[in-house]
Amino acid sequence: MKIDNEMKLEFLSRSQNESFARSVVAAFVAQLDPTIEELSEVKTAVSEAVTNAIIHGYECGNGNVVIIARIIGDSVEIVVQDQGKGIDDIEAARQPLYTSKPELERSGMGFTVMETFMDQVEVESQPGIGTTIRMYKSFKTE
Amino acid sequence: MNVAFEYVNKTLIARIEGDIDHHSCDAIRKRMDNEILEKNPRNLIFDMDMVGFMDSSGIGVLLGRYKQIAGQGGKIAMIKVKPQVKRICEICGLQKIIPVYQDKRQAIENIKEC
Repeated sequence: MKIDNEMKLEFLSRSQNESFARSVVAAFVAQLDPTIEELSEVKTAVSEAVTNAIIHGYECGNGNVVIIARIIGDSVEIVVQDQGKGIDDIEAARQPLYTSKPELERSGMGFTVMETFMDQVEVESQPGIGTTIRMYKSFKTE
Repeated sequence: MNVAFEYVNKTLIARIEGDIDHHSCDAIRKRMDNEILEKNPRNLIFDMDMVGFMDSSGIGVLLGRYKQIAGQGGKIAMIKVKPQVKRICEICGLQKIIPVYQDKRQAIENIKEC
Protein backbone atom coordinates (compact mmCIF):
# COMPACT_ATOMS: atom_id res chain seq x y z
CA MET A 1 0.00 0.00 0.00
CA LYS A 2 1.31 3.42 -0.94
CA ILE A 3 1.77 5.79 1.99
CA ASP A 4 0.45 9.24 1.07
CA ASN A 5 1.65 11.01 4.20
CA GLU A 6 3.31 10.14 7.49
CA MET A 7 4.20 11.82 10.77
CA LYS A 8 6.04 10.75 13.90
CA LEU A 9 5.69 12.29 17.34
CA GLU A 10 7.77 11.38 20.39
CA PHE A 11 7.21 12.77 23.87
CA LEU A 12 7.91 12.07 27.51
CA SER A 13 5.29 10.05 29.38
CA ARG A 14 3.72 13.02 31.15
CA SER A 15 -0.02 13.31 31.54
CA GLN A 16 0.22 16.94 30.34
CA ASN A 17 1.08 15.50 26.90
CA GLU A 18 -2.20 13.56 26.52
CA SER A 19 -4.06 16.62 25.29
CA PHE A 20 -1.11 17.64 23.09
CA ALA A 21 -0.87 14.17 21.52
CA ARG A 22 -4.56 13.81 20.64
CA SER A 23 -4.65 17.36 19.22
CA VAL A 24 -1.59 16.73 17.00
CA VAL A 25 -3.04 13.48 15.61
CA ALA A 26 -6.41 15.16 15.02
CA ALA A 27 -4.69 18.01 13.15
CA PHE A 28 -2.83 15.47 10.98
CA VAL A 29 -5.98 13.44 10.28
CA ALA A 30 -7.89 16.64 9.38
CA GLN A 31 -6.36 16.50 5.88
CA LEU A 32 -8.67 13.53 5.16
CA ASP A 33 -11.61 15.89 5.66
CA PRO A 34 -13.33 13.89 8.42
CA THR A 35 -16.60 14.92 10.03
CA ILE A 36 -16.44 16.52 13.49
CA GLU A 37 -17.74 13.27 14.93
CA GLU A 38 -15.04 11.19 13.20
CA LEU A 39 -12.35 13.59 14.40
CA SER A 40 -13.68 13.29 17.97
CA GLU A 41 -13.51 9.51 17.65
CA VAL A 42 -9.86 9.63 16.58
CA LYS A 43 -8.99 12.05 19.40
CA THR A 44 -10.68 9.84 21.98
CA ALA A 45 -9.01 6.64 20.74
CA VAL A 46 -5.56 8.32 20.76
CA SER A 47 -6.22 9.68 24.25
CA GLU A 48 -7.02 6.17 25.50
CA ALA A 49 -3.91 4.62 23.92
CA VAL A 50 -1.59 7.36 25.21
CA THR A 51 -3.14 7.21 28.69
CA ASN A 52 -2.57 3.44 28.75
CA ALA A 53 1.10 3.94 27.81
CA ILE A 54 1.58 6.49 30.60
CA ILE A 55 -0.37 4.76 33.38
CA HIS A 56 0.18 1.09 32.57
CA GLY A 57 3.25 1.01 30.30
CA TYR A 58 5.42 3.36 32.35
CA GLU A 59 3.32 3.27 35.55
CA CYS A 60 3.55 7.09 35.61
CA GLY A 61 7.38 6.93 35.54
CA ASN A 62 9.78 8.12 32.85
CA GLY A 63 9.80 6.83 29.31
CA ASN A 64 9.00 7.95 25.80
CA VAL A 65 5.73 7.48 23.97
CA VAL A 66 5.94 7.36 20.18
CA ILE A 67 3.03 8.00 17.83
CA ILE A 68 3.28 7.32 14.11
CA ALA A 69 0.35 8.22 11.89
CA ARG A 70 0.15 7.23 8.23
CA ILE A 71 -2.37 8.27 5.65
CA ILE A 72 -3.04 5.63 3.00
CA GLY A 73 -5.75 6.64 0.57
CA ASP A 74 -8.83 7.58 2.58
CA SER A 75 -7.61 5.73 5.69
CA VAL A 76 -5.35 6.45 8.62
CA GLU A 77 -3.13 4.06 10.54
CA ILE A 78 -2.18 5.29 14.01
CA VAL A 79 0.55 3.50 15.95
CA VAL A 80 1.07 4.24 19.66
CA GLN A 81 4.20 2.65 21.15
CA ASP A 82 5.80 2.50 24.55
CA GLN A 83 8.81 0.62 25.87
CA GLY A 84 7.25 0.06 29.25
CA LYS A 85 6.35 -3.01 31.26
CA GLY A 86 4.07 -4.62 28.65
CA ILE A 87 0.73 -6.36 29.09
CA ASP A 88 0.71 -9.82 30.70
CA ASP A 89 -2.68 -10.88 29.35
CA ILE A 90 -3.81 -8.93 26.27
CA GLU A 91 -7.16 -10.75 26.02
CA ALA A 92 -8.04 -9.82 29.62
CA ALA A 93 -6.89 -6.21 29.10
CA ARG A 94 -9.23 -5.88 26.11
CA GLN A 95 -12.30 -6.97 28.08
CA PRO A 96 -14.75 -4.18 29.01
CA LEU A 97 -14.44 -3.07 32.65
CA TYR A 98 -11.12 -4.87 33.11
CA THR A 99 -8.56 -2.83 35.02
CA SER A 100 -5.25 -3.89 36.50
CA LYS A 101 -5.37 -0.84 38.77
CA PRO A 102 -8.75 -0.80 40.54
CA GLU A 103 -7.31 1.45 43.26
CA LEU A 104 -6.96 4.28 40.70
CA GLU A 105 -10.70 4.55 39.97
CA ARG A 106 -10.15 3.55 36.34
CA SER A 107 -13.19 2.60 34.30
CA GLY A 108 -11.50 -0.27 32.46
CA MET A 109 -13.09 0.89 29.22
CA GLY A 110 -10.00 2.12 27.35
CA PHE A 111 -9.71 -0.71 24.80
CA THR A 112 -13.50 -0.88 24.37
CA VAL A 113 -13.52 2.82 23.48
CA MET A 114 -10.63 2.37 21.00
CA GLU A 115 -12.39 -0.62 19.40
CA THR A 116 -15.70 1.25 19.17
CA PHE A 117 -14.25 4.40 17.63
CA MET A 118 -11.73 2.86 15.23
CA ASP A 119 -12.35 0.28 12.47
CA GLN A 120 -9.64 -2.07 13.69
CA VAL A 121 -7.35 -2.22 16.75
CA GLU A 122 -4.33 -4.52 17.03
CA VAL A 123 -2.30 -4.94 20.21
CA GLU A 124 1.22 -6.34 20.37
CA SER A 125 2.88 -6.54 23.75
CA GLN A 126 5.74 -8.31 25.46
CA PRO A 127 6.29 -8.12 29.20
CA GLY A 128 9.42 -6.05 29.89
CA ILE A 129 9.70 -4.91 26.26
CA GLY A 130 6.69 -2.69 25.67
CA THR A 131 3.37 -2.33 23.91
CA THR A 132 2.39 -1.29 20.39
CA ILE A 133 -1.20 -0.42 19.56
CA ARG A 134 -2.15 -0.11 15.87
CA MET A 135 -5.47 1.47 15.03
CA TYR A 136 -7.05 1.89 11.60
CA LYS A 137 -9.90 4.05 10.43
CA SER A 138 -11.33 4.85 7.00
CA PHE A 139 -13.04 8.11 6.13
CA LYS A 140 -15.63 7.78 3.44
CA THR A 141 -15.63 10.78 1.17
CA GLU A 142 -19.16 11.50 -0.03
CA MET B 1 -9.22 23.03 34.88
CA ASN B 2 -11.80 24.47 37.19
CA VAL B 3 -14.89 23.17 38.94
CA ALA B 4 -17.44 25.75 40.10
CA PHE B 5 -20.07 24.83 42.67
CA GLU B 6 -23.62 25.96 43.23
CA TYR B 7 -26.34 24.68 45.54
CA VAL B 8 -30.07 24.39 45.09
CA ASN B 9 -31.27 23.22 48.49
CA LYS B 10 -29.34 19.99 49.17
CA THR B 11 -28.37 19.45 45.53
CA LEU B 12 -24.80 20.26 44.54
CA ILE B 13 -24.33 21.43 40.96
CA ALA B 14 -20.73 20.97 39.82
CA ARG B 15 -19.82 22.90 36.69
CA ILE B 16 -16.71 21.34 35.21
CA GLU B 17 -14.69 23.47 32.79
CA GLY B 18 -12.22 21.99 30.28
CA ASP B 19 -11.24 18.55 29.00
CA ILE B 20 -11.69 15.58 31.32
CA ASP B 21 -8.82 13.16 30.76
CA HIS B 22 -6.28 11.28 32.87
CA HIS B 23 -4.30 14.51 33.35
CA SER B 24 -7.19 16.62 34.65
CA CYS B 25 -9.17 13.95 36.48
CA ASP B 26 -7.06 14.01 39.66
CA ALA B 27 -7.69 17.73 40.18
CA ILE B 28 -11.42 17.35 39.43
CA ARG B 29 -11.69 14.40 41.82
CA LYS B 30 -9.95 16.32 44.63
CA ARG B 31 -12.06 19.48 44.14
CA MET B 32 -15.26 17.46 44.14
CA ASP B 33 -14.37 15.22 47.07
CA ASN B 34 -13.40 18.21 49.23
CA GLU B 35 -16.71 19.89 48.45
CA ILE B 36 -18.72 16.71 49.11
CA LEU B 37 -16.88 16.08 52.38
CA GLU B 38 -17.33 19.66 53.56
CA LYS B 39 -20.95 20.29 52.53
CA ASN B 40 -22.38 16.76 52.48
CA PRO B 41 -24.89 17.32 49.64
CA ARG B 42 -27.75 14.89 49.15
CA ASN B 43 -27.81 14.97 45.34
CA LEU B 44 -25.27 15.85 42.66
CA ILE B 45 -25.67 17.31 39.18
CA PHE B 46 -22.72 17.48 36.78
CA ASP B 47 -23.02 20.54 34.54
CA MET B 48 -21.06 19.48 31.42
CA ASP B 49 -21.69 22.60 29.33
CA MET B 50 -18.00 23.58 29.34
CA VAL B 51 -16.62 20.07 28.77
CA GLY B 52 -15.70 19.66 25.10
CA PHE B 53 -13.77 16.41 25.48
CA MET B 54 -13.88 13.45 27.82
CA ASP B 55 -12.26 10.01 27.61
CA SER B 56 -12.70 6.89 29.75
CA SER B 57 -10.67 8.48 32.58
CA GLY B 58 -13.64 10.83 32.99
CA ILE B 59 -16.01 7.86 33.23
CA GLY B 60 -13.97 6.69 36.23
CA VAL B 61 -14.36 10.10 37.91
CA LEU B 62 -18.12 10.27 37.30
CA LEU B 63 -18.63 6.69 38.48
CA GLY B 64 -16.61 7.30 41.63
CA ARG B 65 -18.79 10.28 42.60
CA TYR B 66 -21.91 8.29 41.67
CA LYS B 67 -20.92 5.61 44.18
CA GLN B 68 -20.40 8.21 46.92
CA ILE B 69 -23.73 9.98 46.40
CA ALA B 70 -25.85 6.92 45.54
CA GLY B 71 -24.30 5.07 48.49
CA GLN B 72 -25.86 7.68 50.77
CA GLY B 73 -29.24 7.36 49.04
CA GLY B 74 -28.81 10.49 46.89
CA LYS B 75 -29.53 11.04 43.20
CA ILE B 76 -27.07 11.99 40.49
CA ALA B 77 -27.57 13.50 37.04
CA MET B 78 -25.78 15.22 34.15
CA ILE B 79 -26.89 18.29 32.24
CA LYS B 80 -25.86 20.11 29.03
CA VAL B 81 -23.88 17.16 27.73
CA LYS B 82 -22.05 17.71 24.41
CA PRO B 83 -22.19 15.00 21.67
CA GLN B 84 -18.64 13.63 22.16
CA VAL B 85 -19.17 13.30 25.91
CA LYS B 86 -22.63 11.78 25.42
CA ARG B 87 -21.19 9.22 23.02
CA ILE B 88 -18.51 7.98 25.43
CA CYS B 89 -21.07 7.82 28.25
CA GLU B 90 -23.31 5.65 26.04
CA ILE B 91 -20.47 3.30 25.09
CA CYS B 92 -19.63 2.82 28.76
CA GLY B 93 -23.31 2.40 29.75
CA LEU B 94 -23.16 5.40 32.08
CA GLN B 95 -26.52 6.83 31.02
CA LYS B 96 -28.21 3.79 32.60
CA ILE B 97 -27.18 4.98 36.06
CA ILE B 98 -26.57 8.70 35.57
CA PRO B 99 -29.52 10.20 33.65
CA VAL B 100 -28.90 13.12 31.29
CA TYR B 101 -31.19 16.18 31.34
CA GLN B 102 -31.26 19.28 29.21
CA ASP B 103 -30.76 21.81 31.96
CA LYS B 104 -30.65 22.48 35.69
CA ARG B 105 -34.38 23.04 36.06
CA GLN B 106 -35.30 19.75 34.38
CA ALA B 107 -32.68 17.81 36.38
CA ILE B 108 -33.84 19.25 39.71
CA GLU B 109 -37.49 18.48 38.92
CA ASN B 110 -36.63 14.86 38.09
CA ILE B 111 -34.46 14.44 41.17
CA LYS B 112 -37.37 15.70 43.34
CA GLU B 113 -39.78 13.20 41.80
CA CYS B 114 -37.57 10.24 42.65
